[in-house]
Amino acid sequence: MVSINEEVELLRRVPLFAQLEPAKLKLLAFTSQRMTFQVGQELCHQGDTGDAAYVIISGEADILIDQNGKEIVVAQVGENAVIGEIAVLCEVPRTATVRASSPLQALKIDKEHFLRMIREFPDMGIEVMRELADRLTTTTAELSQARGQLEAANC
Amino acid sequence: MADHKKDDDKSLPESIFKFAWKFTRRQQIWVLAIVLLSMPTYFFALDIPKRIVNGPIQGRGFPTEESTQVFLKIAFDVPQWMSSSGTLELFSGLTLDRFNSLIALSISFLILVIINGLFKFYINLYKGRLGERMLRRLRFELIDRVLRFPISHFKRVKQSEVASMVKDEVEPVGGFIGDAFVTPVLLGGQALTAMAFIMLQSFWLGLIAGGIVAIQAMLIPRLRRRLIELGRERQLTARKMAGRVGELVDGITAVHVNDTSNYERADFSARLGNIYSIRYELFKRKFFVKFLNNFLAQVTPFVFYLLGGYFALMGQIDIGQLVAVIAAYKDLPGPIKDLINWDQQRLDVQVKYTQVTEQFYSDGMIDAQLQEAVLEPVENLKDGFKLSGLSISDDTGTKLIENINATFSLGERIAVVGGVNSGGETLGDALGRLLPQTLGKIQLDNSDLEDLPEAKTGRRVGFVPSEVSLFFGTFGDNLLYGLKNAPQIKKEYNGDEKAAHKNTIMESRQTGNSTLDINDDWINYQAAGVENYDELVLKIMDILKDVGLSSDVMNFGLRGTVDPTEHADLAAKILAARNSLKSRLHNDKYSAMVELFDPSKYTTQATIAENILFGTSIGDALEGRKFYSNEYLHEVLDAHHLHKPMYEMGIEMAATAIELFADLEPGHPFFEQLSFMSAEEMPDYQIALNRLKGVGFDDVELADKQMFIRLTFDYIEPRHRLGLLDDERRAMLLDARHDFAKGLPSDLKQEIEFYDPETYNGASSVQDNILFGRISYGVAQGEETILGMLRDVLEEHSLYDEVFSVGLNYDVGSSGKRLSSAQRQKLGLARALLKQPDFLIVNRSLAALDYPSLVKILDAVLAGLKNQDANQGLFWVLGHPDLALKFDRVLVLDEGRIVEDGTPQELLEKQGKFAALVN
Repeated sequence: MVSINEEVELLRRVPLFAQLEPAKLKLLAFTSQRMTFQVGQELCHQGDTGDAAYVIISGEADILIDQNGKEIVVAQVGENAVIGEIAVLCEVPRTATVRASSPLQALKIDKEHFLRMIREFPDMGIEVMRELADRLTTTTAELSQARGQLEAANC
Repeated sequence: MADHKKDDDKSLPESIFKFAWKFTRRQQIWVLAIVLLSMPTYFFALDIPKRIVNGPIQGRGFPTEESTQVFLKIAFDVPQWMSSSGTLELFSGLTLDRFNSLIALSISFLILVIINGLFKFYINLYKGRLGERMLRRLRFELIDRVLRFPISHFKRVKQSEVASMVKDEVEPVGGFIGDAFVTPVLLGGQALTAMAFIMLQSFWLGLIAGGIVAIQAMLIPRLRRRLIELGRERQLTARKMAGRVGELVDGITAVHVNDTSNYERADFSARLGNIYSIRYELFKRKFFVKFLNNFLAQVTPFVFYLLGGYFALMGQIDIGQLVAVIAAYKDLPGPIKDLINWDQQRLDVQVKYTQVTEQFYSDGMIDAQLQEAVLEPVENLKDGFKLSGLSISDDTGTKLIENINATFSLGERIAVVGGVNSGGETLGDALGRLLPQTLGKIQLDNSDLEDLPEAKTGRRVGFVPSEVSLFFGTFGDNLLYGLKNAPQIKKEYNGDEKAAHKNTIMESRQTGNSTLDINDDWINYQAAGVENYDELVLKIMDILKDVGLSSDVMNFGLRGTVDPTEHADLAAKILAARNSLKSRLHNDKYSAMVELFDPSKYTTQATIAENILFGTSIGDALEGRKFYSNEYLHEVLDAHHLHKPMYEMGIEMAATAIELFADLEPGHPFFEQLSFMSAEEMPDYQIALNRLKGVGFDDVELADKQMFIRLTFDYIEPRHRLGLLDDERRAMLLDARHDFAKGLPSDLKQEIEFYDPETYNGASSVQDNILFGRISYGVAQGEETILGMLRDVLEEHSLYDEVFSVGLNYDVGSSGKRLSSAQRQKLGLARALLKQPDFLIVNRSLAALDYPSLVKILDAVLAGLKNQDANQGLFWVLGHPDLALKFDRVLVLDEGRIVEDGTPQELLEKQGKFAALVN
């Protein structure tokens, strides 16, 4: 049995939460729920409305996308991965299905709790913003790189 | 019953004496006779003291030591022709000397006192019974009137006022009736006897005593006039307050949502102040009257001592006479005082009686004959409703419906549509006999609806109002209410019960109460189309499925409890289900979802308190937080050296809670997660933590220890995840559990039912008994999977019907408040369907339902009608016009008139109002 202090250690390794002060991380851990999933059980389903984000504590999961009725595995995630944080921040349906491919433990962070923490601790909001901005930069860089490659190929 | 059939009195007798005389003539005369019979002994008891003083004590009639007197000689003076001596001697008497005379006279006195006492006892008992019977009769009469009031009457009365009248206000009235005639005669007789006695002894002293009594009799009633008025005011204000209390309780939500609690406080303060001043004035006047009374009563002896003493000294009366006069006078103020009290009571009670009977009079009271109990089945309807020129206005004269002419036959499915105030609901209520017709008439089967017995309309017509009235009781009671029209199967009484029952019925008859037995089986199975209760349950299941209540009742059943001694079979079946669920849980896939209760293992998914108790608390002593401070529990914890580790755990829990939550304002949703400490407690714990920093366990005060140990009782490791329970501590707690059960003191044995894998726990719910464990925290889809599995197990053990029956025993609370409004409305419909009416009226009854559920229920009801051969009519006042397309005939109402009438297709093609409503 992992205690809450170990969960805090774990959350600290997640980039989104890395900069948060320990007390806030502990509160986040305490108010979230530890869930266990069997192989084949879904953490979330593509198209559903998102009510929670997950941080995987142990085990692995497949990320699947439904394409014309066929499921395609697009990625695999494991320990420390955050799942579904976008759906928690804005009202978009789940963009993919996440299914446990091994017995899995995850910390379920309730949407309400997550938003509430951001509202009450602006530092945390800034951290989240910074993390998302980082990702955007990466994505933009990747996009322009891809575009460059595409243009180069067209020439 | 016989009485109000005979004289269908519209009002009760206006005076309490008339009421009492009407119903208790014979008893009153009997008790009067007994009172008169008691008079002679009363007189003798007054006479004997004089004889004792004058005879044996003073020696009159005993001139010498050897003198004797004849005692107890019984002889009458009779005319010469009967006896030559002129006396008829029945008993020649005993010849006694002076000492023996004293003994004989004294013993006679004692015997007379005893006889007097016995007379008094009998008379009081008889009067008491008379009064109680009259109270019962009066209350029943009032209830009978409530049942016969026209519905419109209830718009004007407050329920709690009626309750206060029936319960409290008539109570002294009933009590008084026993005294109505007897007391004045008895006390009057006593007073007159005493007066006559005094007169006989001394005419002048008698005259003085009489004069003072006359002054009392004249003065007191004058002083009382204001008392009567005050009494009336007191009654009215108190009744109004009872009405307001009832209103307040009913409308308590309005008080909270409008923040008007202080307005209500002020209102009650004003009312109570008013009542106080009335009562205070009443007391002032009452005690003044009492003072005056006492004073006058004491003036007389003063006169006696002075004048009587003077006469005695002058030798005009002897001392024996004076003693007897004073003794007799001692008994005079008593009866006079009581007589005055009685008169006071009479006024009081007459006021109360008039006040109450006025309230229980109404024009248009329903004829008692229309409500007579009909034991045999009521014939089916043949035709249906015929309305001619029907108009109905409300209290203010506004026309609700106007000149309606229509026939509604059996076999027709009629939908009524229109705007909210178009008159559809009024029409429905009128067919349900709930509104008085202003003009025109409604006929059912060619008879005027008003003249039909309620047995006909109540059983053959089903009416579902928009607001269903439910009574306190179980779900099943309320559902079967419509089948309880008359007793069906007599209850068999045996042995002692039989005699007691006979007596009960006799008493009911004596007091004009109903002689129908509430203990009979009142459920009319035939009316529901079944033979017995088991079939009825199946029928109920069908109907509840149609109205969408099955799963609700099933959940009630799962949450309900079963008494294993009363239902041993069911308990055994549930135990079997527990075992089969257990074997299913052996599968790896599910084993993590539930943690079963195992006496030899610590249940990690349960709190520490639950782990030690390891059972269900039944009574009050170990309930909730009371358990945490139970003395015996702490003895056990101490014996297992658990106080120290638990204290340390408590400190850690408090520290964590404060570290995490101290910054959050109270009421923050995060506190929900912190089940062991409330936001209000937090500052206290913070202070205590600071104070106890670095203090060793042994130096901590008891109160502080308790404060922190208490926190640990709510700790669940998988939920709170503070890592406080290791194997060693778990083992210690487990040992404590075992010892707790082993040494349980006898006074706590009744308070708890322990978990035992092999026995049914009567204090736990059916669901907990089957599951016999805790659903684990944080297992994905754990709860859904387990509950689904539980239902499969129920099916498999054919427990579904029985758990359903348990669900029917769900307590719906006062006015059904423990049900949601949708559940109440569905129950109302189910109740009407259960009696298989020939004509069903549904009057905007399912407004609390969402549209899809409504459609589902409507379809089920329509299909149900189609499946039955019987010629059933349906009259549904709809809130959603488009649903009318499912019916045979549609009535469109507008401003109280029928503006369109035809099949839905016809009306749609007409492109009129209906078409407009539907689109």
